[in-house]
Amino acid sequence: MFEKTGIPSKEMVMGKFPSIERINKGPVAVIECYKEIPCNPCETACKFDAINIGEDINTIPAVTSDNCTGCAICLTKCPGLAIMIVDGSKSETTVLIKIPYEFLPLPKVGDTVMGLDREGRHITDVKIVGVLNPKSFDRTPIVTVEAGRKYLYDLRNIKVEAK
Amino acid sequence: MRQAELLIIGGGPAGLCAAISAAKSGAKVLIIERNKYLGGQLVKQTHMFFGSEKQYASTRGIDITEILLNELDKYKENVEILADTTVVGMYEDGIITALYKEDDFFKISAKAVVVATGAFEKSLAFPNNDLPGIYGAGAVQTLMNVHGVKPGNKVLMVGAGNIGLIVSYQLMQAGVEVVAILDAASKIGGYLVHASKIRRMGVPILTSYTVKEAIGKDFIEKAVICQVDDKFQPIEGTEKEFDVDVMCISVGLTPLNELLAMRGCQMKYVPQLSGFVPLRNENYETTIENIFAAGDTTGVEEASAAMVEGYLAGLCAAAKIGYKTDDFDERKNDFVKQLDALRSGPVGKHILSGIEQIVV
Repeated sequence: MFEKTGIPSKEMVMGKFPSIERINKGPVAVIECYKEIPCNPCETACKFDAINIGEDINTIPAVTSDNCTGCAICLTKCPGLAIMIVDGSKSETTVLIKIPYEFLPLPKVGDTVMGLDREGRHITDVKIVGVLNPKSFDRTPIVTVEAGRKYLYDLRNIKVEAK
Repeated sequence: MRQAELLIIGGGPAGLCAAISAAKSGAKVLIIERNKYLGGQLVKQTHMFFGSEKQYASTRGIDITEILLNELDKYKENVEILADTTVVGMYEDGIITALYKEDDFFKISAKAVVVATGAFEKSLAFPNNDLPGIYGAGAVQTLMNVHGVKPGNKVLMVGAGNIGLIVSYQLMQAGVEVVAILDAASKIGGYLVHASKIRRMGVPILTSYTVKEAIGKDFIEKAVICQVDDKFQPIEGTEKEFDVDVMCISVGLTPLNELLAMRGCQMKYVPQLSGFVPLRNENYETTIENIFAAGDTTGVEEASAAMVEGYLAGLCAAAKIGYKTDDFDERKNDFVKQLDALRSGPVGKHILSGIEQIVV
């Protein structure tokens, strides 16, 4: 179905997440790259040897979660915007999720916006806890949202209503 | 008659890279570009490129033009650029004719030529496909990203290849609603990361659908689509209607090959390369000596591959006319390796099965 709709199955998504124990230790990258394409900037960008593609640039990136610091540099370098950072270390009831967001208006810290799943459905409201847009991110801002724990595996996007 | 050592026709990604490569080798290069500016399609590509570092991966197309022009500037004593000039003919006796603006017609003779004319968008036949508001997706991308003009407010995108997916995303960035993306194929043709990125914004991607008709008086007001079976025949009763003021057609590109055909280069129809392409050797030289070709005109691919092909063709064309540098083999091998890497995945295998048919 994925190749017909662009919506990855639950199993595909789960296969990309590290263990909940790892997520609860601190921020870690989840790379939703499911199909081989000639591309390796995530590996080039990672300074911690946490992303491995190797000689053949068509290989799907493998994340070594133990090496990942959750620095989020790879988020801004992925041309497919396929990477997010999840962090379950801050609270027992919520998770922090960093996503690339290339739309205007950018949300502001403290805003509540719509949280969307991989089909674009509004599944919950999320709080914006960080917005980063330095020059080095090259116009791919990173937004950190705080969402209820049960949305960890479903939340993938936000929608900001223009005021 | 104007004399040139190496004439490069087209200042897009392939042409610019051919010029850099040849000028670096010491050849005097003349670039002729139809538009007022260099960069070809890069100038509207606001998205980041795939590939690896050597093909400027993660850099936005709009910024790659700048990188390439700065690189070209290093060899400026070897480079001449004629913009706003269209090459209109390449004749058997080697004479090339060109038109500067609208009425300044002149002839050129060159020791070697690299044809890097790119590709053009295919169209789709359906009732009322000539209504205003029905555009090629590339045209919409130019309108938005080069001229800052929104094409309309509600768009139906026809074609789920990379261009259809990318332009849909960029339309949404410009605040335009995309009601759906459809494709007659049973699977999404573009990179699935692009598809997922649009799907999670709530835009449905409808595979196995085609356009039945457009409806409107002075401009498109409604689009009717329907499902197709595995032989691409419409299935009755599956119609869906969308109120839209824009329809974007993105059903693929085909090589812009007229100059090569006119010159007498042997051409072959290769579906995997999206149309008629010139037969060539591994140096990208066609069946006519000293006429080289690179980029989409030799087969439609990503711009990353077009750039590397340009570097390779420019290097080989310069060598052919007496500018073979000491590091020729090293540079050539590097480009060949880059192309192999770009083409080693599933998408690349398809392209390679086409290339096999044209390399002589």
